Amino acid sequence: MIVRELELDLDAFEGPFDLLLTLVLKDELELRDVDVAAIVLAFVERLAARDQLDLDACGEFLVLISALLELKARGLFPEEAAELAELEPEAAAEELARRLAEYRRMKEAAAWLRERLEAEGDRFFRVGPAPLAPKVEPQLAPQDPERLAAALRLLAVPPPEVSLAHMALRFPPVSQFLERFRAVLRRRTLFDFDQEVGELPRIEQAVALLALLELRRSGEIAIEQAAPFAPIRISRTDVEREASWTLRSA
Amino acid sequence: MDAPLRLIAGNPLDQLAKTIEALLVVASAPLPVEELAEAAADDPERVEAALGLLGERYREGRSGVVLEKVAGGWAFRASREAAEACARLFEKPAQRGLSQAAMETVAIVAYLGPCTRPDIARIRGVAADSAVASLLERGLIAEAGREDAAGGAIRYRTTPLFERVFGLESLSELPRLDDLGGDVEEIRDRLHAVAEKRTA
Repeated sequence: MIVRELELDLDAFEGPFDLLLTLVLKDELELRDVDVAAIVLAFVERLAARDQLDLDACGEFLVLISALLELKARGLFPEEAAELAELEPEAAAEELARRLAEYRRMKEAAAWLRERLEAEGDRFFRVGPAPLAPKVEPQLAPQDPERLAAALRLLAVPPPEVSLAHMALRFPPVSQFLERFRAVLRRRTLFDFDQEVGELPRIEQAVALLALLELRRSGEIAIEQAAPFAPIRISRTDVEREASWTLRSA
Repeated sequence: MDAPLRLIAGNPLDQLAKTIEALLVVASAPLPVEELAEAAADDPERVEAALGLLGERYREGRSGVVLEKVAGGWAFRASREAAEACARLFEKPAQRGLSQAAMETVAIVAYLGPCTRPDIARIRGVAADSAVASLLERGLIAEAGREDAAGGAIRYRTTPLFERVFGLESLSELPRLDDLGGDVEEIRDRLHAVAEKRTA
C-alpha cells in the first residue's frame, strides 16, 4: 500500500495524500482547514480493508501525519507554541489534558444539544427575521456630515492644468540665426560652427544649421569641413574672394 | 341583586389576557413580561397572572396553539399534535442539516460566548470559519462586538432564536459544563498510561 496515493475526501480537500502535502508545503492549502483526524480515519479504513498489516506503510504514514500535525499545531497556536516548548513534560501533559478535557466537554455539550434538537423537532413556531437571511450590513460609526461635504468639495475642485510646455518642439525662427551669423561675420571673417552654437539645445542647433545653409545658398558664406564630424568652419565669401584675388595678383 | 352581576362579570383579567393574546399573535419573537406590560400599559404582575390564564387555555392537548415560555419570553407555537402537518407546510431552515462542526461550534459559543473564531478554533483544533458563517446565516449566533483592541477579532454569542430552536427558556437551562464529562484527572491518567507504555 502506498501512503502517498491514499485517496482523501475531506471538506477542505479531495485527492491523493501527496497532493495535499504538496499544497500544504506550497502554502496553497490552509492546514488549519484540514481535519487531520479525517485523514487518519481514511488511512485506518484503507488499512482495515486489507487483511495484512503493512508496517512500512504505517511507519511512513505516522511520520507524515505527525509532521502535518506539528505544522498545524504551530499554525494554530503561533505564540503558545513557544510557551509550550518551555514547559516541563509534566506541565505539558497537564496542559494537553486540560485542553482535551475542554474539547471533550464541548463535544458532550454538542451531543446534548443534538439530542435536544431531535426532541424538539415537533415544535413549530413563527420566526421573525427569517433564518438563512442575508447578512446584516455592518453599522458604521456615526460620522460628521460636514466632513463628508468637505471631502466632496475637495473632489469637486477642478485639478490644476497640467503644463505640456516641455513636450512641444519650439523652433526659433531661422531669421534669428541669419542675423546672428551675419553679425558674427561682420566682426570676424571666420568662425567655428560648433563653438558658436555648441551651448544651444539640439533643436536650435538644427535651426542654426538651416540658417547656415540659407547663407550658403545666397553665396554669403563658404562652408568647410575637413572630414566627417570634424569642426565646420564658416568664412565670409568676400574675404575668400579677396584672398584668391590677392593670391592671383601676387 | 349583587350575586347575578358577579356571575356575568367574569374574570377581571380577561380583558388584559385578550390584549396579551393579541400582542403574542403579532410578535415574531418571544416577548418578555416587561415588554408585554409596557405594550399593554398594565402592571407586570397582572400580566404574569393573565399569562397564567392564557397558559391554561393554550396548553398542549387543549389547543392547536400552545403558549410557551422560551428564550427569555413568552410566545405561541404550534401544538405537537400538528407537527406533521406543519412539517408538510414548511421546513425548519434554522436547524436543517446542522453539521457536527456547527453543533460543536454553537455549543462553544453558547457556553463561552461572547467568544471569537480563534477561541473556537483553539478548542476544536480546526478553523471555525465555515461553521461560524453557517450559524450566522441560520441566525443561531450573532456578532457581539469586538475584542478590546481596535481591529480585535469579532465576538459571537447565541441568539434568542438559538434558545427557541433548542427549546430553552434561557442559556441557564444548558447542563453545567462540569457535569459533561471531560474529566481532566481521567484524561491525564490515560495520557500518563500511554506515555509509560511507550517508554517501557
